[in-house]
Amino acid sequence: MSLDRSDELVAPTSSAASGAVADSAVADSAVAAVGRVSLWRRLARDRFALVGAVVAVAYALVALAAPLITRALGVDPYTYDLDALGPTGAPAGPLGGISAEHWFGVEPLTGRDLFAIVVMGSRTSLLVGLGATVVSMLVGTVLGLVAGYFGGWVDWVVARLVDVLIGLPALVFMIAVGAVAPEWFPRLLLLVLVIGLFGWSSIARVVRGQVMALRASGFVRASQALGASHAHVLFRQVLPNLASTVVVFATISIPGAIGSEAALSFLGVGVPPPTPSWGRSIGDAVTWFSVDPVYLLFPGLALFGVTLAFNAFGDGLRDALDPRGGGSNRRRRRGGAR
Amino acid sequence: MTLVKFLATRLATLVFVLLTVSFLTYALFVLLPADPAQLACGRPCTPERLETARAFMGLDRSVVEQWWEFVRGVFTGRTFGSAGASIDCPRPCLGYSFARNAPVTELIAGRFGVTASLAIGAAVLWLVVGVGAGAVAAVRRGTALDRGLMIGAITGVSAPSYLVGLLGILLFGFTLDMVPVSGYVPFAQSPVDWAWHLVLPWSVLALLSAAVYTRLTRSQMLEELGSPYVRTARAKGITERRVVTRHALRNAAIPVVTLFALDLGALLGGTVITERVFSMPGVGALLMEAVGATDVPLLVGVTVFTAAIVVIANLAVDVVYGVLDPRVRRGGRTR
Repeated sequence: MSLDRSDELVAPTSSAASGAVADSAVADSAVAAVGRVSLWRRLARDRFALVGAVVAVAYALVALAAPLITRALGVDPYTYDLDALGPTGAPAGPLGGISAEHWFGVEPLTGRDLFAIVVMGSRTSLLVGLGATVVSMLVGTVLGLVAGYFGGWVDWVVARLVDVLIGLPALVFMIAVGAVAPEWFPRLLLLVLVIGLFGWSSIARVVRGQVMALRASGFVRASQALGASHAHVLFRQVLPNLASTVVVFATISIPGAIGSEAALSFLGVGVPPPTPSWGRSIGDAVTWFSVDPVYLLFPGLALFGVTLAFNAFGDGLRDALDPRGGGSNRRRRRGGAR
Repeated sequence: MTLVKFLATRLATLVFVLLTVSFLTYALFVLLPADPAQLACGRPCTPERLETARAFMGLDRSVVEQWWEFVRGVFTGRTFGSAGASIDCPRPCLGYSFARNAPVTELIAGRFGVTASLAIGAAVLWLVVGVGAGAVAAVRRGTALDRGLMIGAITGVSAPSYLVGLLGILLFGFTLDMVPVSGYVPFAQSPVDWAWHLVLPWSVLALLSAAVYTRLTRSQMLEELGSPYVRTARAKGITERRVVTRHALRNAAIPVVTLFALDLGALLGGTVITERVFSMPGVGALLMEAVGATDVPLLVGVTVFTAAIVVIANLAVDVVYGVLDPRVRRGGRTR
């Protein structure tokens, strides 16, 4: 939702068939059968995935070191530089005002350094992307665990929750929540929560399927027979078996969450200025791009690059864990894509 | 489970989801700081006038009552105010925008043509391109063509639509001056202009969605091509072309069609981003206008409308599936 592409953002992320396929595929084969060694070997053979991993790590490093990078270069994303602007408010000079001082040029109207904005924007993007993914994984895993383990009415309630979640137009709701939330509530946290809470249905479904399979297995039965509490069985016995599934799903979810943040910011309802955000810069660039396409180019490439990197890595990781599937069986949640 | 019982269950779920969604929407928008009555009350806004306005709009009642009025209005229509100075909102009434002095249903109806044109055209395009590319990739598995198509697909999945849209406008609109870059012409007015204005948005939407279909079709095709019935068909001496198109593709298409219905449903509910990029006045643009003006009744109406389309698309998929495949009925849920 994919916030999907669909609507947009919204794309209901479930699909009857592909979901079922993924359930079984990830559930039975993968994890247990494939040793860690062969997993790495398989992953190492997938050059596209490896490049994705390297690029994703590079993005993370840039995000971590962002303040150091900008300080070292003597730029920051908040300082106005009106001297860098022409009389119309567009950057002075060709190519959006690219110069030795401003590597990526400057922002129209304000003259703020675009390089600093793009570099610091990686923090916003990754923070929201990772944060929302953590929220999705936590909620989805816990609900999937209890639904699959207890079954019955618990399962029914979780299933209805998923029904409602899929029925909600995610993008519309995210926009509405953004409009409703009180001013004092930190916007970044709000984005993390909202995007995260709309993204847990697929992981919950898969975890539920796996737990239902594990519930009948010997070690769970034995644990129960020895008098272990439900909590112990769920979190100490069952959960560790789901680790690789959750890791794969988390990796696949990250680009979707990053895309959602960018889409909301693009629409003007995400990260408020002056906090740097690639999506908002792209949104601002709309009015300028006939005179200053460079302003669109750099934030756009940054966003595209990080999404592609995580997608490539996540895809390779999944293929490595599930050698049977000749590719993806599951539809990924997409960014605010349409 | 019998077919009738299956259908009844799914229908009950649909009603439940729609009621929940509309209630959540109501509960959410009650929290909005903007008070429609305050906006409509005029100056000087005396407490009495404000009270009158609130009563007129039905805002003096509890959230649950307001919500119930809304639900009832969808089936029976509503009248705001009392005789003399009343406003009628004929069924299906999705609320009344006091800011625009128009029933929400009417406002949505006025915009739906744009969104439907956008969504349906793009959907046809991406289905053809996506399924075609996926089938070719599966048949030519392991070749450079397969690898290229799959890398292309993952690139497409990763590209934000607004970025591709803006670059498309830049290239085909401004630089090459081939197509109009914004606006919408109704089909009835001029079919040629209609299509001409939609070519770029269609391509952008389709390009990105096609990537998902390419991947799904490929993996489904690989599964089908490796299955025993395909081996049997080949052993019988049927031409490879026929095996691929008549046997494998037909079975591989089932999940693809499911996804297609869901995606189309989601798109029909509003293509917010695409409409923004191409300045098209569709349902998505209406929503953004409602957000901008904090037009609460309009926000609620559009949200519920969008949810309804998504949920109905879900139901349609489940029903078609259940009718086609008895296993789904037996297993209950498919998701």
